[in-house]
Amino acid sequence: MSSQAQDLEHLVHREYEAGFVTEVESDTVPPGLDEDVIRLISSKKREPAFMLDFRLKSFRHWLTMSEPVWAHVRYNPIDYQAISYYSAPKSGADGPKSLDEVDPKLLETYEKLGIPLAEQERLAGVAVDAVFDSVSVATTFKDKLAEQGIIFCSFSEAVQEHPELVEQYLGTVVPHTDNFFAALNSAVFSDGSFCYIPKGVRCPMELSTYFRINAANTGQFERTLIVADEGAYVSYLEGCTAPMRDENQLHAAVVELIAMQGAQIKYSTVQNWYPGDEEGRGGIYNFVTKRGDCRGDNSKISWTQVETGSAITWKYPSCILRGDNSVGEFYSVALSNMRQQADTGTKMVHIGKNTSSTIISKGISAGHGQNTYRGLVQVGKGAEKARNYTQCDSLLMGDKCGAHTFPYMEVKNPTARVEHEATTSKISEDQLFYCRQRGISEEDAISIIVNGFCKEVFKELPMEFAVEAQKLLSVSLEGAVG
Amino acid sequence: MLSIKNLHVTVDGKEIIRGLELEVKAGEVHAIMGPNGSGKSTLAHVLAGREDYEVTDGQVLYEGRDLLQMPVEDRAREGVFLGFQYPVEIPGVNNTYFLKAALNAGRKHRGLSELDAMDFIKLVKEKMEILHMDESLLQRAVNVGFSGGEKKRNEVFQMAVLEPRLAILDETDSGLDIDALKDVAHGVNALRSGDRAIVLVTHYQRLLNYIVPDFVHILSDGRIIKSGGRELALEVEEEGYSELRRRAAPA
Repeated sequence: MSSQAQDLEHLVHREYEAGFVTEVESDTVPPGLDEDVIRLISSKKREPAFMLDFRLKSFRHWLTMSEPVWAHVRYNPIDYQAISYYSAPKSGADGPKSLDEVDPKLLETYEKLGIPLAEQERLAGVAVDAVFDSVSVATTFKDKLAEQGIIFCSFSEAVQEHPELVEQYLGTVVPHTDNFFAALNSAVFSDGSFCYIPKGVRCPMELSTYFRINAANTGQFERTLIVADEGAYVSYLEGCTAPMRDENQLHAAVVELIAMQGAQIKYSTVQNWYPGDEEGRGGIYNFVTKRGDCRGDNSKISWTQVETGSAITWKYPSCILRGDNSVGEFYSVALSNMRQQADTGTKMVHIGKNTSSTIISKGISAGHGQNTYRGLVQVGKGAEKARNYTQCDSLLMGDKCGAHTFPYMEVKNPTARVEHEATTSKISEDQLFYCRQRGISEEDAISIIVNGFCKEVFKELPMEFAVEAQKLLSVSLEGAVG
Repeated sequence: MLSIKNLHVTVDGKEIIRGLELEVKAGEVHAIMGPNGSGKSTLAHVLAGREDYEVTDGQVLYEGRDLLQMPVEDRAREGVFLGFQYPVEIPGVNNTYFLKAALNAGRKHRGLSELDAMDFIKLVKEKMEILHMDESLLQRAVNVGFSGGEKKRNEVFQMAVLEPRLAILDETDSGLDIDALKDVAHGVNALRSGDRAIVLVTHYQRLLNYIVPDFVHILSDGRIIKSGGRELALEVEEEGYSELRRRAAPA
């Protein structure tokens, strides 16, 4: 984007609640990507050889790939050589041992975002592995979790402390060849979260990570790996906000979940990255690969997402139902307002016998927003008595937005049962009038109606997240109907 | 409380109400009767503030204030309640939650503290007994999957909780079986009081056997052509609207 456009943008910029930039000196690698940059990243992080190998083979494969074009989204070409692939807060170069060692400015940033780490450590019972740009700066509750053998740390730390686990599981759900963005992530990922729940352990608290993109022009490539061993249970929360940015920021994360026999993973996301302004300038490109592998029998993986941010969302949290009787769930609310574009959905791949999956997708389009549900239900030859239920509802506000549904089904086993339901509705004048006649303001009425529309998804969220999500929807829809 | 003078209302370029006059005082119950298309529902909606209706002339005062200048939600918060002929469904929105939001919006407007969940539930239980409402309706989404009778009960139940100063009930009796009709009437009667006025809009006089009005007005072609007491409704039932209209026609 030209500097002229940026100046213009400053004039018309709508204020974004989480929009601020913390002034911290960054240790940033110059823009550009080649094998030297990857070696530099790997050496800066003092990684073992297997990691460098993984990065290099990913990079080499990435060079042979091209960006996917099938999604119902439009954006200007991304110059991958204009992106800086590594940025770390300088003061955190050696890694803080406790909150006291954390740069006070960073802590201030979290305070502004409403994540008072110090408070949380004492009160909330939520362990936070906070990611500031690319390096984790604080992890709480780790000791308490360690007592039960639970490992919850930054990805970099896991590479140092538990290389055998990382090597065993990394890239086994999302291979480095999977897709363009996943390959790029595999080559350059900076940091993220790692979580391992040992056999038979039920994680006693919700694990939570807050992501934040900060340094300008720095692509953010997060990597998350969660392994629930036999009979284990974990609920993981991911929430994001980003500071105001004039230029598009690429975000290409990869999340891999592995559930062994009888294990359960519940993964919840509230995504509120900068969506760009009303003309569609700025905003985050959120090209994410999220996949869970129900590797063992009787395992279960649930994805719940509330997507209100980003200029473009390209995201299909999926489940590979490999184990017999395994269960996959996908609950989604995706909102596109202003010029936002969301192409999101899921893949449920039934391989094991008696596997079942549920898909509940709620798309909300307002302004000039374009919202697409894209889902694949695949039933393999051996997936006896597989079952799927899909419900896809779209809510339109105004007449300049769009809702699109692309359900794909591939069923190769005659005993499978696959159901698909879809609806499209509008907030009607009658509903608004009814609410207002009872004394409820129009804005509150919209919020009430939209939250009612999303209820089936919100009830899957942990309590405090559900409240946050409702608030977020209301804020995101302010002035959407007028 | 309510004073309507020379009201003219146009819908889609067609004049539906043509010089309507009505005075309603606190403590009174008025019934407005008329055949289909006479403008009954239009009147109810104009008073509530529905935007598709254009007031071309006349004045409506509510407690001395120009009602037509007030936004829809302010009318409600100031005590104007419309019982809908066709209550609207709001999927996923809990009936109790909706009603609490409505009640507290009004209380806030009037400078009162918002009711907390405990006090609200207490109030709700009290009101439900009057209407013989099934408690499960509270937990269901607003009007979703309600039978015709349940919807109308729910309207009167909302009215009972919101305690309006002026209640306009638009064909609240339509589609009700006799038991539901009695319950609804019982609920309305329980709300009759010296500082509250009720306007019943109805096609049939059946409802008036259970809610006995102080005044009955016959609406025809957008005008009140005859006003009287309880007996006027019976007259209508006996003779039909057309006979009344014929007799009321200017010589």
